[in-house]
Amino acid sequence: MAERGFSVSKLPAFRPVALGVFLALYLPIFTLVVYSFNAGNSIAVWDGFSLKWYLSAWENDAVKTATLRSLYIATFASLIATTAATMAALGTTRRKAFKGQTFIYVMINQPLMVPEIVTAVALLIFFAQIKVFTGYQGLGYLILAHAAFCIPFAYLPIRARLEGMDLSLETAAADLYASPWQTFRYVTLPILAPGIAAGAMLAFVISLDDVVITEFVKSGGQDTLPTYMLGQMRRAITPEVNAISTALLVLTVVLLTCFFLLTRKRNQ
Amino acid sequence: MTQKIAVAAEHTVKSFGQGKASVRALDDVSLEIQSGEFFTLLGPSGCGKTTLLRLIAGFEAPTSGRILLDGADVTELPPNRRPVNTVFQSYALFPHLTVAENVGFALKMQGRKKPEVDDTVARMLALVKMETFATRKTAQLSGGQQQRVALARALAPQPKVLLLDEPLSALDLKLRKEMQVELKRLQKETGITFVFVTHDQEEALTMSDRIGVMSAGKLQQVATPREIYTAPVNRFVASFIGETNFLPVTPTQGGARLGCGAVVAAAGEGPVLTIRPEQITVTPVDAVGAIPATVDAQVYFGTDTHCHLRLSDGERVTARIPSPAMGETGVGIGQRVGLVFAPHAARLIRE
Repeated sequence: MAERGFSVSKLPAFRPVALGVFLALYLPIFTLVVYSFNAGNSIAVWDGFSLKWYLSAWENDAVKTATLRSLYIATFASLIATTAATMAALGTTRRKAFKGQTFIYVMINQPLMVPEIVTAVALLIFFAQIKVFTGYQGLGYLILAHAAFCIPFAYLPIRARLEGMDLSLETAAADLYASPWQTFRYVTLPILAPGIAAGAMLAFVISLDDVVITEFVKSGGQDTLPTYMLGQMRRAITPEVNAISTALLVLTVVLLTCFFLLTRKRNQ
Repeated sequence: MTQKIAVAAEHTVKSFGQGKASVRALDDVSLEIQSGEFFTLLGPSGCGKTTLLRLIAGFEAPTSGRILLDGADVTELPPNRRPVNTVFQSYALFPHLTVAENVGFALKMQGRKKPEVDDTVARMLALVKMETFATRKTAQLSGGQQQRVALARALAPQPKVLLLDEPLSALDLKLRKEMQVELKRLQKETGITFVFVTHDQEEALTMSDRIGVMSAGKLQQVATPREIYTAPVNRFVASFIGETNFLPVTPTQGGARLGCGAVVAAAGEGPVLTIRPEQITVTPVDAVGAIPATVDAQVYFGTDTHCHLRLSDGERVTARIPSPAMGETGVGIGQRVGLVFAPHAARLIRE
């Protein structure tokens, strides 16, 4: 570094500010994790170490059902979202720049910008009409709703990977007698795979974690883990919620680590 | 015996962009490349040589004109249906496949049986001396090794024509020299027609059977390396290949009159006389038939010394004097000397 160059770390109060931000981010999570091991019934008073809330959550049928439902929805939603996102990414990168390209980007990334509550209310009304019309009450609505807002999260890593891909590889495949479909199957798709996996994981995590849209769209008895927890909070709060949250946190961290490893490989 | 034409371009035009902003990358280029020939397209960057190559490969469609392979019109065929393979400048090896899988890619796409693919891959890797690298991923290879794999991959399906798009430009000098010899050997062994694109005149001169010199989207001259060097047709060809002198002249019967009054014998036609520096001998000023000149400067180049001279009408000429084993060239700055052009060396050319 040039000695006279501007360095953020030399600004006054750099350390305290950084430390403050760091604590604000991680202290609550740390507290949550610690109190999930509390032996007492309080989420604020430490009463000794115990795993009993994990056991209690494990044996709680409502938690089990909600968790399975969450995983079920997340699996299908991320599958749909990733497929759509892959096609969208191919459609927006594998062609010459066209009029309205920016508009298409905005359209695809719409869920990142429109307030979630607006989407939630819109979906509530829209699905209510379909429910009246068809009589179908199943999980399909939740899966579709989740898939829709997961698309941009799946789209971004896939597009990044596509844009980083050497276009001459596809030219070379065509030169070596690969038909357009073979080129996609044997060259584009394998090279894109880490991006697709990363996008799917991100979509999965986002779906797993959603509260607002789920709360609005779900029918009776369709609680996912987050909405179940929200419901519990309205009654007595026990460290069971901490235990569930911690488990969810661990799952998310594992998935995001995979995501990080997959996207990092591209830059090697 | 008339030779078969492997590749032909007929009045090929390629424009990029539309309306006023359009650029003619190829301007009515017609060309015939014979079967089994090592043909080089030579020119500065932006002259259209790569565009012509991409038209032959099928990556681009001509704006007008036709491309023929072995006499068949392929203008409308996509690249995967042309019996032509390309060695790309960036090699474009598939990073997710091993060396062997890269080399076997085309055969697999053609639906060949596995034993046949394995057999051909082994032969191709042996041909480019990369047998021991078959299971490696391509990212683990050096530039020269990637180059060999790219060659093997393009040769594996036994194309009628191999297109090479400046394949040596990313290699260092020593490796480049090695690969030049290697390419020539491969071409002889396989008998495949090579169309080689380069901006390096030395590469073109040493490797090619024939050279097509391109500039500004047009073919300037198509001839053997020797002919291109000794009998260029215009100023561009003469100056792009090697160093040369240009002198404005008045053509006379069998020669030309220089501005200083001297008359020299020269073949060709045109208002400009060109003579290579190594074809000029510096003599004493009173030598028979010598053109008088004054020494302006001398630059030592090791093997020889460039002697910058001025004729009596002010025209500048460079002569190349072989450096003697000991001492200097024997001419000094400001000295009056005579110049003798080697027989048949002076040519008249077009602008």
